[in-house]
Amino acid sequence: MNLRARLLIFVPYAWLLVFFLVPFGIVLKISLSDIALAIPPYVPTMKDGFWTMIRGLDLENYAFIGAGAVFASFTLLVLAIAMFQILYPRVRRALIPDARYGIFDSAAVALTALAVVVVNIAVLVAVLSFLFPVLSDFVDIPDFLYFAAYLSSLKIALISTLLTLLIGYPIAYGMARSAEHWRPTLLMLVILPFWTSFLIRVYAWMGILSTEGYLNQLLINIGVISDPLVILNTNIAVYIGIVYTYLPFMVLPIYASLDKMDDSLVEAAEDLGCTALSAFWLVTAPLSKPGVIAGCFLVFIPTLGEFVIPSLLGGSNTLMIGKVLWEEFFNNRDWPVASAVAVILLFILIVPIVAFQRNQEGGER
Amino acid sequence: MRKFSWFNATSLTFGFAFLYLPMLILIIYSFNESRLVTVWAGFSTKWYGELFQNKAFLDAAKVTIKVAFWSSTLATILGTMAAYIMVRTGQFRGRGLFSGMIYAPLVMPEVITGLSLLLFFIAIGLDRGVITIVLAHTTFAMCYVSVVVTSRLVSFDQSLEEAALDLGCTPFDAFRSVTLPIIMPAVISGWLLAFTLSLDDLVIASFTSGPSSTTLPIKIFSAVRLGVTPEINALSTIMIGLVTIGVISASLVSRSMSIKAKADERRAEQD
Amino acid sequence: MAQPKPDAIFAPWDDPAATPLIQFKNVTKRFGDFTAIDNLTLDIYAQEFFALLGPSGCGKTTLMRMLGGFETPTTGQIFLDGVDIGPVPPNERPVNMMFQSYALFPHLTVWDNIAFGLKRSDMHKDEIGDRVEKMLKLTQLEKFAKRKPHQISGGQRQRVALARSLAKAPKLLLLDEPLGALDKKLRHETQFELMDIQETIGTTFVIVTHDQEEAMTVASRVAVMVDGTLSQVATPDQIYEAPNSTYVADFIGDVNLIEGTVDVPEKNAASDAVSIRWSATEPAIKATSDLTFGAAATVHFAIRPEKVSISTEAPEADNVMSGKILDIAYLGNISTYHVEVAPGLIIKAQATNVRRVSRRNLTWEDHVYLSWTDTAGVVLMT
Repeated sequence: MNLRARLLIFVPYAWLLVFFLVPFGIVLKISLSDIALAIPPYVPTMKDGFWTMIRGLDLENYAFIGAGAVFASFTLLVLAIAMFQILYPRVRRALIPDARYGIFDSAAVALTALAVVVVNIAVLVAVLSFLFPVLSDFVDIPDFLYFAAYLSSLKIALISTLLTLLIGYPIAYGMARSAEHWRPTLLMLVILPFWTSFLIRVYAWMGILSTEGYLNQLLINIGVISDPLVILNTNIAVYIGIVYTYLPFMVLPIYASLDKMDDSLVEAAEDLGCTALSAFWLVTAPLSKPGVIAGCFLVFIPTLGEFVIPSLLGGSNTLMIGKVLWEEFFNNRDWPVASAVAVILLFILIVPIVAFQRNQEGGER
Repeated sequence: MRKFSWFNATSLTFGFAFLYLPMLILIIYSFNESRLVTVWAGFSTKWYGELFQNKAFLDAAKVTIKVAFWSSTLATILGTMAAYIMVRTGQFRGRGLFSGMIYAPLVMPEVITGLSLLLFFIAIGLDRGVITIVLAHTTFAMCYVSVVVTSRLVSFDQSLEEAALDLGCTPFDAFRSVTLPIIMPAVISGWLLAFTLSLDDLVIASFTSGPSSTTLPIKIFSAVRLGVTPEINALSTIMIGLVTIGVISASLVSRSMSIKAKADERRAEQD
Repeated sequence: MAQPKPDAIFAPWDDPAATPLIQFKNVTKRFGDFTAIDNLTLDIYAQEFFALLGPSGCGKTTLMRMLGGFETPTTGQIFLDGVDIGPVPPNERPVNMMFQSYALFPHLTVWDNIAFGLKRSDMHKDEIGDRVEKMLKLTQLEKFAKRKPHQISGGQRQRVALARSLAKAPKLLLLDEPLGALDKKLRHETQFELMDIQETIGTTFVIVTHDQEEAMTVASRVAVMVDGTLSQVATPDQIYEAPNSTYVADFIGDVNLIEGTVDVPEKNAASDAVSIRWSATEPAIKATSDLTFGAAATVHFAIRPEKVSISTEAPEADNVMSGKILDIAYLGNISTYHVEVAPGLIIKAQATNVRRVSRRNLTWEDHVYLSWTDTAGVVLMT
């Protein structure tokens, strides 16, 4: 490798090392420090000497935010998924020897899945009750706020991903089925909001959803309701905001996978005796799966750490970890705890990020 | 011929209504006479006038554009370099780490990126201001640029570069006179993407900005926290308008170019 | 077949005093575990039109890319005009390449594409203009100088690529499947154009192709490659009429291959006569060969279908076999008959359709005789 190539690699590499990796190392270090009335507001620092600083680091903040509980529930989740993946195909093969993927098979499959889930939970509960005396110290949660925020972020992210899928799929399907000359325009219409300010798109809903907002005015005027609905500053507004802002991320990958699909496949399925609906379930839906998975990850991952939507549309009882981190940092000025929250959030994100990347690589192959 | 049913028509209509109605309402009410944003009191452009009198907003807009310009330019240079390395350079030590660092900021929650950069700037004693925002925006925008440019480079016929070498170019000359002109559209759209991302960003800018370097999103955020105001409606309308004009004209240009290319090819075969 | 030319036979490879332009000396190229080129030695002479022919994956493209400088040999050396070109980067080699995809720069006009290499030499600006005009004229592209590559047809693009690679007057021109992207009719016309241009300018051409007909048409010599080695390097007529292996015989054109063992020669037989026993009951095949065989050696007898005559009555000939027609392939100008002469042995015979309604007397299931002379086929050891 000659000097020029080395230099070419060096510049962006060094940039990313300095502005991406090193800052993260600093977050990790500060998460192990203690809050102090000083500038910067934590001890120990490099000023105390390197070894004193290293010795001064501890896991106190992690214990405070209940990282043990997060870690334990995370491990449980991974364990449950792994068990399901191992159990499900076996049980299914045992119960449905000739899996022909018929419509009526779906009911049997659902029952199987249910059975596996029940077995799964039973096993996990057994394991837990056995381990709990040993782990009770570890999973002790001094301040429940953080653990609740992680759980609630997870719940909000999951529900809004599902909602986005339900709304996004028909749009993507309709686009892929529209006339050839319409498709570039429709595609542009989906991409256009992506280029407009995120903040403004969230803000637009504030005027619609507030108690004297346009939605309530409309509903009262046409006589559906007599008292205004309280939507703004509730989780419902957060769901609406997330679905609205992340919809393009769901529609685009699904559209891409549907657009690639050969039309003659559906025709062949209908020729072989499928109804339009069963052709969709047996051919179109499985073939669009990579797009659906990619879309779900593209919504789920950023939603988990979302800050703008919960702080503008959510209420005081909307707990999301991005908002908690922000408040911990700007309002409480507790940098070490904010850092610990960030580290745990990243830890939770590792699984979906790795899964997303594997799905993408699989799609390319 | 694909089948287009009433179901598709309905889902498209409702889907696009959902996407566009909120913005449409925002635009309409920005021309509302009344300060009470939800009550229509006649057409007026007075809020636009007030907006242009508001020095704080104008200053923030200036800072924002300055930051967006410099960070997108830097990000384009670095991101193109990174894309070229990923596609063209073979194995080198630390390649795995490099590709991880290129993709990680794309999925990293903004609060974490912002927090880590702020703590880093404080640790090295760099005062927060325009420079720190530019550095922060460059770092995450270069990853987006590199994704855009990579996808173009992957579909790029490598024999074009080989042909340039074969005809006497040095590797750098081949990049400058052959590769760069051909991937230019991707580089430009990478720059535009970086520019928009920087223009939009609230979270990272909030962490890395100083008291004298408030950007427009920070300004908007602190104003709308308390509720809807007509000035922000006007400002939003201007921003939506600019982006719409930009995206529509870009798509018209690219469509007319592809129509022209098709016509050229048809004519070429007839000659 | 266009080569060799009638007057002054061009055959430097038969002249021990001639020095080759290109020499491959024990060249091996490995990509990881895969050996693309295996200990290959080859000489190519100035002004030759040399074809590298083989199926995909045989290493022919790798061999060419090593000449262009895009790959370096793992071991061994390559000499151009006596100079080891191993360490020379592609931009400093007096070698130009015409790429399979043509690799025309889409953002430059035809004129600028052709001038691209000249602008990177120390040629004066006016000279560049003259040279480009000359190249445009040679390839009949004057009308299209101002067009961009996407504004011209496939055949014209191919000529631009040729003009661009010839503009710097290289010592050696490499052509990677130059006609692969053209349709069949255009390909035939372009083959002759390519030969005319090569004769006019006298540059050494090395062409890579998987199309045996193309290699036979254009080349002065053909190298048949398989699995990174050279099977045979010879003129097209030698390759066709005297293949050195069953692989080459089978790869080039259509052939009947009959496996047998060499009989003990008769006492009064000529020194080059060979008889091959292929069946316990049928008479042995009489053939001739320059090679000497041990008694009872296993050999293959190869004969081209057009050298096998077909008739309904037993003819007088060195070799006669009889059988019944299984299949007839009517190809317009000729018909190919598949005749089963023994269980499991089918021999193809070709006959020219000289009359419009020809040979109606031969049809499926007919009993026919096949015959050929003792010099019509070749005996192959491998």
